[in-house]
Amino acid sequence: MRAFEYTRAASPSQAAQYAGANPQARYLSGGTNLLDLMKEDVERPTQLIDIGRLEISSITETGGVLRLGASANNTDTANHPLVREGFPLLAQAILAGASQQIRNMASNGGNLNQRTRCAYFYDTAMPCNKREAGSGCGALGGINRMHAVFGWSKQCVAVHPSDMCVALAALDATVRVLKPDGSERSIPFANYHRLPDEQPQKDNTLEPGELVTAIELPKNRFAAHSYYLKVRDRASYAFALVSVAAALELEGPIIKAARVALGGVAHKPWRATQAEEFLTGKAAEPKIFQEAGELAMKTARPLEGNAFKIPLGAKAIARALVMAKNGGVH
Amino acid sequence: MAYDIEEPTLHDLTPDELALVEEMSEFGESRRQFMGKATLGGLSLFALEMMAHQQAAAQVLPSDSALHAKPADPSSLLEVTVEVNGTTHPLNLDPRVTLLDALREKLQMTGTKKGCDHGQCGACTVLVDDRRVLSCLTLAAACEGRKVTTIEGLAAGDALHPMQTAFIKHDAFQCGYCTPGQICSAVALVKEASEGQASYASPKLGQAGGDLSDAEIRERMSGNLCRCGAYPNIVKAVAEVQSGRLSPHTWNFHTRVEEGLA
Amino acid sequence: MGKYIGQEFDRVDGFAKVTGRARYAAEFHVPNQAYGYLVMSQIARGSIASITVKEAESAPGVIKVLTHLNTPKFAKPDHDEQFKALQSSRIHFNSQPIALIIAESFEQARAASYLVQATYRKESPLTDSVNSLELAVQAPNSRFSGPSIQSQGDPQKGLSEAEVSVEVEYTIPIEHHNPMEPHAAVAYWQDGKLKIFDKTQNVYNVREHLAAGFGLPPEDVEVVSPYVGGAFGSSIETNYYPFLTAVASREVKRPVKLVYTRRQMFTGHGYRPFTHQKIKLGARKSGELTALVHEAANNTSRIQLRGDDTIRFSRAVYRCPNMKVSQKVIPTDLPTPCAMRAPGAVSGMFALESALDELSYKLGIDPLELRLINYADTDPATGKPYSTKALRECYAQAAEKFGWSGRDPKPRSMREGKELIGYGMSTGVWYALQMPASARVVLKADGTAKVTSATSDIGPGTYTVITMIAAEYLGLEPSKIEFGLGDTKMPRAPVQGGSWTTASVGSAVHGAAMELKSRLLELAIRLPDSTLAQATPEQTVLLDGRLQLKEKSSSGYAISEILRAGGLEELVCQHTSQPSKERDKYQLLAHGAQFVEVRVDEELGTVRVSRAVEATACGKIINPKTSHSQEIGGIVWGIGMALTEATEIDHRYGRIINPSLADYHVPSCADVGDVVTDFIEEDDRVVNPLGVKGMGELGMVGIPAAIANAVYHATGRRIRDLPITLDKVLGA
Repeated sequence: MRAFEYTRAASPSQAAQYAGANPQARYLSGGTNLLDLMKEDVERPTQLIDIGRLEISSITETGGVLRLGASANNTDTANHPLVREGFPLLAQAILAGASQQIRNMASNGGNLNQRTRCAYFYDTAMPCNKREAGSGCGALGGINRMHAVFGWSKQCVAVHPSDMCVALAALDATVRVLKPDGSERSIPFANYHRLPDEQPQKDNTLEPGELVTAIELPKNRFAAHSYYLKVRDRASYAFALVSVAAALELEGPIIKAARVALGGVAHKPWRATQAEEFLTGKAAEPKIFQEAGELAMKTARPLEGNAFKIPLGAKAIARALVMAKNGGVH
Repeated sequence: MAYDIEEPTLHDLTPDELALVEEMSEFGESRRQFMGKATLGGLSLFALEMMAHQQAAAQVLPSDSALHAKPADPSSLLEVTVEVNGTTHPLNLDPRVTLLDALREKLQMTGTKKGCDHGQCGACTVLVDDRRVLSCLTLAAACEGRKVTTIEGLAAGDALHPMQTAFIKHDAFQCGYCTPGQICSAVALVKEASEGQASYASPKLGQAGGDLSDAEIRERMSGNLCRCGAYPNIVKAVAEVQSGRLSPHTWNFHTRVEEGLA
Repeated sequence: MGKYIGQEFDRVDGFAKVTGRARYAAEFHVPNQAYGYLVMSQIARGSIASITVKEAESAPGVIKVLTHLNTPKFAKPDHDEQFKALQSSRIHFNSQPIALIIAESFEQARAASYLVQATYRKESPLTDSVNSLELAVQAPNSRFSGPSIQSQGDPQKGLSEAEVSVEVEYTIPIEHHNPMEPHAAVAYWQDGKLKIFDKTQNVYNVREHLAAGFGLPPEDVEVVSPYVGGAFGSSIETNYYPFLTAVASREVKRPVKLVYTRRQMFTGHGYRPFTHQKIKLGARKSGELTALVHEAANNTSRIQLRGDDTIRFSRAVYRCPNMKVSQKVIPTDLPTPCAMRAPGAVSGMFALESALDELSYKLGIDPLELRLINYADTDPATGKPYSTKALRECYAQAAEKFGWSGRDPKPRSMREGKELIGYGMSTGVWYALQMPASARVVLKADGTAKVTSATSDIGPGTYTVITMIAAEYLGLEPSKIEFGLGDTKMPRAPVQGGSWTTASVGSAVHGAAMELKSRLLELAIRLPDSTLAQATPEQTVLLDGRLQLKEKSSSGYAISEILRAGGLEELVCQHTSQPSKERDKYQLLAHGAQFVEVRVDEELGTVRVSRAVEATACGKIINPKTSHSQEIGGIVWGIGMALTEATEIDHRYGRIINPSLADYHVPSCADVGDVVTDFIEEDDRVVNPLGVKGMGELGMVGIPAAIANAVYHATGRRIRDLPITLDKVLGA
């Protein structure tokens, strides 16, 4: 961890101003990923702007839109009645991640902006284009069992590690952002995280200095039939090999609308829109779920060490849809 | 107990060390506290002696330099006031100091353990404003004005916290290194369940909390790794405190003759 | 069962551990202490061409930077074979120390570590053991098992006579101990003498290593290690950091603390090596074995050829006339492996017990029945009798408790919903070793006793069981006993390893107590009108603070009375116990039987150990409470080895890519289902005066095989390459 200046911001706009003035500054909220990376000398900010106590932590509903404050922590979000009742998929996805201690610390904004856990990214002795542009991708020809099967480039095969974001992707969230000049903008979740293409250093589409202030979720009819399934090497406290956020709106036996998003398979939470379209109008039954799973994985491109994710992903989608149909944890 | 608890021997200390121990009235205090607790807890002479000895050896000669590292540029130090176990500590800190290192290296409160320093093991778990967090990923500077509770602060006076008692009763540890984190975590777990917080193992979010099943306790304790593998006993200890649920002995003890097996 | 021995006791160090007062190595604060931080190599093989420390040295707070260019040489480098850091420009493995920063604070030392610049003369590293089997050479002889090739009968003939045979290969990846406490030391010098607080399983080893390193007489080095936060073999040998810490302290004339980061834990000590095994079994249709051939190869470093003794029990468990075992090693550009819980045994028995399971299906004989058919009543290798062997009873007890008879022998025959259920079983075995050990007992007229022996308690409960043994044989309540360990000021004890601590140190304490009893009797006989005038030591016992006749509690005198009458405040005895000659006439082993239920998600491939039942026979149980914990710990370790643990290496760089507790998966609480452990107590008069055998390693030995066998039973898929991850289960 290199020396830095510790600054506590008094307001979101002040925080964004500080950040706008120093390109080497980072926002500090829960710190669960940033401090980890600073200790590994992967992140080297010259200034930490502590936003942990800013008044952007409330969880409210207005006009059917659920607004999650960026500095609300993951635990409070998952256990909030509005989330639990209206968005159980999100609650479950959050609870699938990390440990209670980490969820108590981690903020919603930080969850969005956490970085990949790719071992090559974490080890400064290894090549990694995300960490050091032009150094190469260590994982591409190396150990890549955990890595991407969708949307990767020769520059980077890392995956986004979040569980929460997989549910947010499925639920069509919007990210509210404050710019250093005090203006605001909204980013649809699908456009928030990006694929690595030629610029793997950029995880998302935030501009320099921009501060995430809230995540907004539109009203949905999925609460009764959703499920977050996480498949991992250890029964708990491990990152996903594959995870699935599945949500169904049922009309009798027929699927009126469906949402399927995958975690652990791409540089961003991966929305399986083809599968969703396929499911719409079909009967909610195992055979259909299985076909949807296979369809979702059809365009996957495995690396040397992770071909298993393709059949696993298909089966995990089918399973998550079955669980969703059966009512999930609502 | 037959032995004199007022005057335990501080063996194996050099005369210099002994002199310093005598000077440290605070140490004398804590030594008497050990004795009180120990007597109540039926502690062995061994444990008394060893703690006195260790406390002495560990605390001999703490100097200013041990408390405050000397950076080349003193202007970079932050003044931070942290409340730990009810005591306010004004500290002059390098901003990089984590809560964990502040506790262990600056305040010499080594009950909180460093297992990985990266949020991957839970050994450093403490309570901040009554919620369990990882002190290795918390900057001390960010704790200004917060209320920190560590393993050293769980016992009420002379009485162990029920979770501490349950850990001893169920032999919920072996080497003991993950234990302070496990216990802090378990204490918070009980509170979380009483508030109806859910876990990934909760069958229904709306009915979360209450008396937890073993599967729920396992999931909720999974952020604390124990390499000795004391998990089954940890689950028993937590279950007993959380819901009063007593688990039967899962081991038996047969002599060949008694069992007619010989 | 004694007054204390055999009773359940809470740990005497429990209070210290649950209140955070137990101090581990890095927690001894010495005034004016400086902090060390290691800088590691970024290549696996070659040498340092240049190293620039100027920037690091001028970083804030930095006191000194040590590299191979300015680090004093280890005075007697041939004292042991351990790797010694910063002694030359040569790079033997990736993440080898190339510099040590010493700074005022930990934060400053760590920040300066980024500033050390090194260039290398790179050579191509070899770390891919599985593709280098042809480079294997015969292992050196084993301290415990002797020559690395041993045979009896005619294995070739035995195989050709077989009516049914299996020939199978198994692999086990490198695994790391990952104790929760990182290795650490705090060292300081006073008047030319060194004192070091260290995490170690043997303070005397560390003392001798450091004395050799500094050319000092051993008595000028004091090593203190009262608490060890798990070690599992990783602190048996002296690792490179104690010398570095002590050197740094001497160089900067300040106390220095050095703690490994978790990343550094993966190359800062040894590991369980990669192991390749080939097993050939021949049998008659009746199930009787006609041949058993076990060929093992484990990786080692180029600087030390260390066999893991994978084959150590292959000829010790089953009756078979024709057997051959062989151990080879594959030199690689990795650190030297070391003992890791149940070294060799758990790896070897994984292969042997898996192969027996495979044979059972070929024969159509129940796996437990097959083991009973080949049950050995005398040691198959030597013909010696076993001192005791209650393995048959273990099988019976555990099978019944588990419900083995409810098993449908057909693979894939048992399921519940989406879960396939599998039952698997295995045999566990470990030594009943004893080493020379010394203990000192000071029996005081106030009715207390102080017992010391420089052993260790890395978690098994040594503090508690030695206190109980002392209480039993000194006739005092355990609360009157103070037992101290982990300090070179105390009498020498063997390293805490091999599951021999209770047998060794306990016997020394027992011997001291017996000696003290005789001396008390001599004093008592001299009392006026002594009621013990005619008594012999054999007729007397120390009980409830008194020396009395065994059969007559009203006889005799209080210990305090005897001492005071003799004008004594205390009696002191230092006793060294040795393994008896009688032991040589027997094969001395501890045994266990393991039964495991797994639930495999058929679609997702995840494996969960839902139940494990283990019965072990390891002589007398001193403290059932802590003993049980040892066995459940063994089961948890077996679950990790079978299902989750592997150290992964990118062979292009020869670099470990998962050196963290996030990426190296030790089991979490949620990975462990219902665990039942039973003991079948044995009355063994041969092993040692206490009748105790080893148990710390034993509990783990059969578990990985039992799990793999259960996975086969559940799925019909035989996985011979650990760990059994879901991708292997899915066959993808």
